[in-house]
Amino acid sequence: MSANAKTFNPYLPQLAAVVERVDETRDVFTLRLRLHDAQARAAYRFQPGQFNMLYLWGVGEVAISIVSDPDDLDLIDHTIRAVGRVTRGLQRLKPGDKLGLRGPFGRGWPLEAAQGRHLLLITGGLGCAPTTSMIHYALQRRASYGRVTVCHGVKHPDDLIYTDRIQTWCAAPDTQVMLTADKGTPEWRGRVGLVTQTLEDIDPIMFKGMAMMCGPEPMMVSVAEDLLKRGMALTDIYLSMERNMQCAVGHCGHCQFGGKFICKDGPVFPYAQLRALLAVKGF
Amino acid sequence: MPQPSLLARADFDSLIRALVARGYRVLGPRQRSGAIVFDEVSGAADLPAGFISVQEPGSYRLEDSGNGRYFDYVHGPESLKRFLFAPQETLWTVSAGGEVSFKEALPDLRPLAVIGARACDLAGVSVQDRTFLAGEHSNYTDPYYASRRENVFIVAVNCTRSAATCFCASMNTGPRARPGYDLALTELDEAFLVEAGSEQGEALLADLPLKPARDVDELAATQAIAAAADSQTRRLDTTDIQALLFNNLEHPRWDDVAERCLSCANCTMVCPTCFCHSESDVMSLDGTASEHHREWSSCFTLQHGYIHGAQIRPQIRHRYRQWLTHKLAAWIEQFGASGCVGCGRCITWCPTGIDLIEEVNAIRATRIDTPSPSGRGEGEGV
Repeated sequence: MSANAKTFNPYLPQLAAVVERVDETRDVFTLRLRLHDAQARAAYRFQPGQFNMLYLWGVGEVAISIVSDPDDLDLIDHTIRAVGRVTRGLQRLKPGDKLGLRGPFGRGWPLEAAQGRHLLLITGGLGCAPTTSMIHYALQRRASYGRVTVCHGVKHPDDLIYTDRIQTWCAAPDTQVMLTADKGTPEWRGRVGLVTQTLEDIDPIMFKGMAMMCGPEPMMVSVAEDLLKRGMALTDIYLSMERNMQCAVGHCGHCQFGGKFICKDGPVFPYAQLRALLAVKGF
Repeated sequence: MPQPSLLARADFDSLIRALVARGYRVLGPRQRSGAIVFDEVSGAADLPAGFISVQEPGSYRLEDSGNGRYFDYVHGPESLKRFLFAPQETLWTVSAGGEVSFKEALPDLRPLAVIGARACDLAGVSVQDRTFLAGEHSNYTDPYYASRRENVFIVAVNCTRSAATCFCASMNTGPRARPGYDLALTELDEAFLVEAGSEQGEALLADLPLKPARDVDELAATQAIAAAADSQTRRLDTTDIQALLFNNLEHPRWDDVAERCLSCANCTMVCPTCFCHSESDVMSLDGTASEHHREWSSCFTLQHGYIHGAQIRPQIRHRYRQWLTHKLAAWIEQFGASGCVGCGRCITWCPTGIDLIEEVNAIRATRIDTPSPSGRGEGEGV
């Protein structure tokens, strides 16, 4: 009798089914999934900022952030951009189609530390799924947090997703949403410019709160350094990182960032832990 | 501590027979294509008697030792790694006959005995344990690694010779095998000093025609191992190694080594501790089933640093720096131990003879020390 019969296999996906696919833009979509096994469904718990490995039959696995509410014990939502073999295949799935899911993995947003604080949520480009989960989480529990300011930058107005949901964010009490596009169009009603420029127009009281962000690394570094200049404490700045991930449990080595594994030590990190290495190319 | 015993050279077959009788598939060192590799052995006649290996940066030659010793060759390109962490394996299979279901594919559990593991190889296993077995440094046990780990019987050999590329003494991993073996042998002129390191090893001793070792035998073994340590001319100075490497990420030496490095990944393949692997899916020809595979990967490949359309480490200097800073420095943060066990294989098997010790020494000798708290890398172009 070997121990492995007794041991949980972290590599083995569980069967899940597509309940709904929401097409957000031409290449961004949300898959609402339900685990097939009722026991697995009941046992599944996650925190905003954590991710799952989704397996497309015969093609492979991909790491995807979870965007649904952790109190929704039935459906697990993933917003995905079709960029590679797996994600383009996932985009073709229909309700009832089966796929594999394993997770959740990694460390999510600092929910405890954020209680009662003002929240500044900053995203750039399409990588907004991890912060979206935090925005939804906070707005669903509005009384637990101070003011909420969302700064969301896209390259082009067409890249904006969740437009319906953004409307509801704008309507939430004590919540400000600043949308900006690098280049505007005649119909664009948001700002034009980089997301870093939105910081100039934020109530300075927000810099006493916590910042949580995701997006391209140069943008996050630029925003983080700007926030420090504006008086935010280094320990109050968090970011969600991305790297090639294959195993999700710190075994395959691809997602290393210096001494950190993005998959198990992150993907959410205090900026202080990554600051030095983010300044260097090649890690 | 059990008393060491003596196994006569002429009785070495009895060790192999005893392992076979207990159901083990027995591997030992064999000469193949001018190098020593692990392969099946059925008797002492299969062992590489009378060979030494002459190892230098980028060079490995077997030569006649002038005596009949089995283990003077020191080591070949293989450590114990492939026996526990398979170079290629199927993690699970999935079928799609109307219903998708996932099925584990755990390895064949036939017990394996490996004769000839060196101190550096055992050190490599203990380093990989920190990656693949749940504990202080890992949240999850890899069941594939764990099942092989439980089913291996290790007959270690204490080194009484060192190759020129060896530096285990400076890494405090050898040349005497540290605990982790089932049996440890020290080769003397006409016999082997045998020590048990586990209950299974102790039990196996009962099957062997042993004589009690005399003090003079133990002394001879100790002296021979000490002489092997003393003969090592390479040593890695690990003083302050984390700060040394991470505060010198823009040192010109990285450009210098990139001129010599082919990014071929040999160093990572022969390394006893490198654990990177990649996963892929292979569908059956009739499309009814798919296998999820993994195989050894390397930070020297472009695939390793790929992320949706971008390349994290496009230049060889990035990739060599990733490897060395991980091996010698980041590993300590991740696993509480160095990723280097001092076996010297990456030096011997590098086609251009890059010696990591020389690289570290060069950085140390001309260190710049530019820690970057907010001192951000300006002009850091690809």
